[in-house]
Amino acid sequence: MKVAYWPGCVSRGFTPELHGSMAKVAPLLDIELVELDRACCTGAGVIAEHNQELADTLNARTFALAQQVDGAQLMMNICSTCQGAQSECQERLDANAEYRAHVNSTLAGEGLSYDKDPAHPLTNKNFLWLLVEEIGLDRVRSLVKRPLTNLKVGPFYGCYIVRPRDRLGIDAERPRDHYLEQVIDALGGTVIEYAGMRKCCGFPIITMHKEASLKQAGRHLGDAVDADADCLVTPCPLCHLNLDLQQPLAEGVVGRELKMPVLHLPQLVGLALGVEPKELGLSRHVVRPTSVIDWSTSVVASSAAA
Amino acid sequence: MAEAHDRPPEQFKLRMRRYDPESGQAPYWDEHTVELEPHRSVLEAVLQAKDRFDGSIGIRCSCRQAICGSCGVRVNGEPALACHTHLDAAKAGAREGVIEIEPMGNMPVIKDLIVDMDAVHWKKIQRVTPWLLAKQPVPEREYLVSKEAMVDVTQTMACIQCGACVSDCLAMEVDPGFIGPAALAKAYRFVGDPRDDQQFERLNDLAQDPQGIFDCTHCFKCVEACPKDVNPMGQIMRLRRIATGDHHIVDKNNGERHEQAITGLVRNYGLLHEAELIPRSYGGNSWFAKFTPAAGKELLSSLPVVIKGVLRGKVSPRIAIFGHKIPAQDLKAVQSIYDKIEGRPERYELNLYVSGEDEDATSASTGAEGSVSQ
Repeated sequence: MKVAYWPGCVSRGFTPELHGSMAKVAPLLDIELVELDRACCTGAGVIAEHNQELADTLNARTFALAQQVDGAQLMMNICSTCQGAQSECQERLDANAEYRAHVNSTLAGEGLSYDKDPAHPLTNKNFLWLLVEEIGLDRVRSLVKRPLTNLKVGPFYGCYIVRPRDRLGIDAERPRDHYLEQVIDALGGTVIEYAGMRKCCGFPIITMHKEASLKQAGRHLGDAVDADADCLVTPCPLCHLNLDLQQPLAEGVVGRELKMPVLHLPQLVGLALGVEPKELGLSRHVVRPTSVIDWSTSVVASSAAA
Repeated sequence: MAEAHDRPPEQFKLRMRRYDPESGQAPYWDEHTVELEPHRSVLEAVLQAKDRFDGSIGIRCSCRQAICGSCGVRVNGEPALACHTHLDAAKAGAREGVIEIEPMGNMPVIKDLIVDMDAVHWKKIQRVTPWLLAKQPVPEREYLVSKEAMVDVTQTMACIQCGACVSDCLAMEVDPGFIGPAALAKAYRFVGDPRDDQQFERLNDLAQDPQGIFDCTHCFKCVEACPKDVNPMGQIMRLRRIATGDHHIVDKNNGERHEQAITGLVRNYGLLHEAELIPRSYGGNSWFAKFTPAAGKELLSSLPVVIKGVLRGKVSPRIAIFGHKIPAQDLKAVQSIYDKIEGRPERYELNLYVSGEDEDATSASTGAEGSVSQ
C-alpha cells in the first residue's frame, strides 16, 4: 500500500535509527513510503499552546500536502506525539467549516488547501495502527522469520497516542491502546505488563522541571525492570529520548541501575521479520540492547513462519 | 441503554481494595458477588455488598447522580465516579470479568475507598485564590460581559470537585507539590473572567511557581478522567498562552523560553533543531543562548549524555551543529504563515466548547476563496 509518510523531526534528528529502520521494514510489509519532505514540524503541542491558529494552519498545510500524494491510501506517521498533535488540529479543522475556510485562506498563497471531502477523508495513522488495522496481525504473523520467542517486551505507548480516547478513535472495536501488546504477541514475543506502560515519559517538562521529568522516566523503567522485561518498545521518538538518551541521568535521579534497552516499534518488527540488528540501528542506542542482541544471535533464523 | 433497563438482574463480581490505616494491617483485596440490573451503578453494587456482606466497607457518597462529586474511586484502574459508571460497562472493561474498585490515587487513604480530599485537593484549590477579585469601582448595577466569555468560563465552572483528575495526575505522581489539574482549571475560571482585576498577578504567580502551570507534563490524564468535560489540561495550556502571549511573563522555570524556543526553531528551520532546544530553553531564543550562564551550566551537565549520543552514532555532528531544514521554498511558505498569523492584532482561537461542531459534516469548503477578515 502507498502512504503519504510523515516521519517527524526527531526521527531524522536525534533518533535517526527510527527513520532508518522504518525504511528497512516498509518494503517487507509492502508499504510504499512517499515522504512528506516539504512539511514542517507538528509543533508537538507546544506551538498550539503558543497559538492555536498557527499550529492548526501549519498542520493543515501538512494535510494538504498529504492529500496531493497521488494514489496514497492514507497518511502515516511514526511518532505518538505527531499523531496526537495532528489529531488535535484535525479535530478542530473538521469540526467547523468556517474555521477551515479561514485556515485555508492562509494556505491559499501557496495554492494549498486542506479539503474535508467526506468521500475521501484524510486518515492519519501511526505505524502501530496501520500494522493492526491495514496490514492485519495475521499477515504480520505470516511474515515473521525470526519469532521473538522468549523475548520479554514491555510496551511503552506515549501519552499522545492513548489519550484522549474519543479524539484518537479508541473504543471496544478499535482497542488502539492495546495494539502494542497485540503486535508483540503476533511477532512471537512475550508481553510484559507493568505500571508505567501508558504513563508519561516526562519529556515535555525536561527543560522546565528536570527532576520530575527524569523521575517519571526512571520510575517507569524501574517498574519494567522489576516486571522482568528484557526491553521496552515505543512508537514515540520523544519518549525514546527520555527513556534511552536520558536514561543514565534518570538512573541518578531514581538512585538505581536500570540498563533497560528501549526499541523503536519498526526496530522490533524488523527483528522479527529477519532484518539484522545492526541494519536497524540497534547499535546506536545509548543503552546497549545487549539482551536483545544476545537473543537475536542465539535464535537461528528459519524460513518457516511461526 | 433502553435495552439495559429491561434486562433482569445479573451477578457481578467486585474486587475491592480495603485498607484501614488505624488497624496497622496492610491493604488487601476483598471479593463480593452482588446481584443487580446491568444498568445500575458501581456505587449501588458497593452499597449492596456493604448491606449484605460487610458493613465495614468504607465509601463516601451522597447524591448518586453525578453532581455532588463525593464517590470518586478508581474502577478497573481508571478514575471515575462510582455512581456514574454502569455495571455492564465496568464489567466489559474488567480483567477476567471481575470489576476492580480502588480508592483514588495521589491522596492518602482514610479508609477503604475514602481518601483525604482536604489534605491534597482542597489545599490546592485554596492555593489559587478561588474567588473573584473584582474590578473597581464595582458598577452600581451589573457588570456587562460578553456571552462568549461567560460560556467559556462555564466549562471550568462545571467542575464538581470530585478529584478524579487529581487522582491520576502523572505530574503529581512524581511531584506531589504540583498545583495540579483541578486547581489550575479553577484558576482559569477567574483568569478567563472579564470581571476579574488580577489577571496578570494570578498568571505571574502561577508561572513563577516551580510547581505551577509549567509543571504540567501534558499527558491528557485529567482530560480523560474528568466526568464533566472540564478539560483541565486544555485550561492549563490557555493559562500558559495568556501568560506568555498577552502578558509576556518570562518565568524562571524556562516555560516561556521553552515555548519561544520550539516556536522559533520551527520558524527558522521548519523542523525541530533538537540540539538548540536545551540552550534556548535555558538561555533565550537566540543562537547565542548557549553562551548564557544558565544554558552553559545545563549544557555542561548534559555533556556526558551528548558525547555518548555522538559516539554511538545516534546523533551525527552535522545534525547536532547545523540541525535539519525543510527545502528553502517551503521554509519561506512556513515563515509567511507565521508572519500572517503572528501579525494579527488578536489571536484567533476556535473553542469547540463554545462553538460546538458543525451539524452538517459534509460541508467541506475548498477554502481558497473563502477569505476571512484578519
